[in-house]
Amino acid sequence: MVSVGAAVKEPGSTRKNKTGSWRTFKPILDKEKCIECENCIMFCPEGCINNDYDIDYDYCKGCGICEEECPVKAIKMERE
Amino acid sequence: MEISDKEFFAPGHRACAGCGATIGVRLALKVLGENTVAISATGCLEVISTPYPETAWEIPWMHVAFENAAAVASGVEAALKSQGKTDTTVVVFGGDGGTADIGLQALSGAMERGHNLIYICYDNEAYMNTGIQRSGATPYGASTTTSPHGKESFGEDKPKKNMPMIMAAHGVPYVATASISYPEDFMKKVKKAAEVEGPAYIHLQQPCTTGWGYNPAKTIELGRLAVETGSWILYEIEEGEFKVTYRPIQRRAVNEYLNAQKRFKHLTDLEKERIQSHVDAICIELKI
Ligand SMILES: Cc1ncc(C[n+]2csc(CCOP(=O)(O)OP(=O)(O)O)c2C)c(N)n1
Ligand code: SF4
Ligand code: SF4
Ligand code: SF4
Ligand SMILES: [Mg+2]
Repeated sequence: MVSVGAAVKEPGSTRKNKTGSWRTFKPILDKEKCIECENCIMFCPEGCINNDYDIDYDYCKGCGICEEECPVKAIKMERE
Repeated sequence: MEISDKEFFAPGHRACAGCGATIGVRLALKVLGENTVAISATGCLEVISTPYPETAWEIPWMHVAFENAAAVASGVEAALKSQGKTDTTVVVFGGDGGTADIGLQALSGAMERGHNLIYICYDNEAYMNTGIQRSGATPYGASTTTSPHGKESFGEDKPKKNMPMIMAAHGVPYVATASISYPEDFMKKVKKAAEVEGPAYIHLQQPCTTGWGYNPAKTIELGRLAVETGSWILYEIEEGEFKVTYRPIQRRAVNEYLNAQKRFKHLTDLEKERIQSHVDAICIELKI
């Protein structure tokens, strides 16, 4: 049969692509300072901050949104 | 509001660092949950989420062409209905070009036929995927590659097409505007859109670091400035009833929003005043 399109059978398979390599600045989250407002979790374009406030550096692109949106400055961007 | 801890849009996607579109999709899918089928028009979101043979989607997702996302969604909805799967949500994510320009006819048809689906226009105010060409949703004064500023031009010379009101004119049960910078407001609207019987339309403003020209860390701040200056108004129209859902405590000067972006940098004071007067007129009418 002639193929008329393409199907990808593995959901979430972009995980194979580690976008952490794009990063030049790395967010460091200080759990002592964190007030668990969840802003960083909500606003991360990669969805790479989990509910324990751990950042998955395999995917974090270092955009800096989390630092910018943290109300208590618990996140600091540091040069890689 | 019940929202899922689970992510239905995987990392590893190819969006620019700081992309607002992916934030919008993540938040919407957290509300809609697993039992959802998504359809995308051609555009940034489609391209960055599905570099073959990979996909960022954790739910069934389909892309066909630029102009027919709403028609594809209509077919999916009809097929699910005939199979008795009426509890599955069908959601479309179309860019502003795919919505306000090229997919408008298909969208109008879907709204008219009354399919039970949600259409979310993720609006970055230009054709970003192909290199920042102006769309019907590009705002007045913005410089794009097809509305460049220079000696002969101050940038885009047409006002932004009022897409949500065009949708409201179809008499559909739910129409809303939203911003990624006000996630609770946006997610409440997605929930309502899912609950309503029939078509629902949400016009989601989404700052774009590449096309608007600002530091990627400022994506949320830019969306906030749009709303706090009255440049983008958050409202909903439920069964014909119009309601502003968020009012800034003290409206800020439009200049704060314009000056934060490269696409408006060239504007003269006179042009900026013209934009401010336009915003004032709308906000005064809506008591914002
Ligand atoms: C019929 C057709 N015309 C043109 C294109 C090229 N094209 C692909 S994506 C795109 C821009 C999409 O703009 P928009 O809908 O605003 O989404 P964005 O990329 O900004 O997210 C264009 C012009 C196409 N794929 N199909
Ligand atoms: S820097 Fe950007 S990508 Fe990295 S964790 Fe923060 S918000 Fe997410
Ligand atoms: S934004 Fe800051 S305070 Fe809020 S959860 Fe993240 S680290 Fe904690
Ligand atoms: S061009 Fe804009 S909308 Fe497209 S991926 Fe980049 S930031 Fe996102
Ligand atoms: Mg666009």
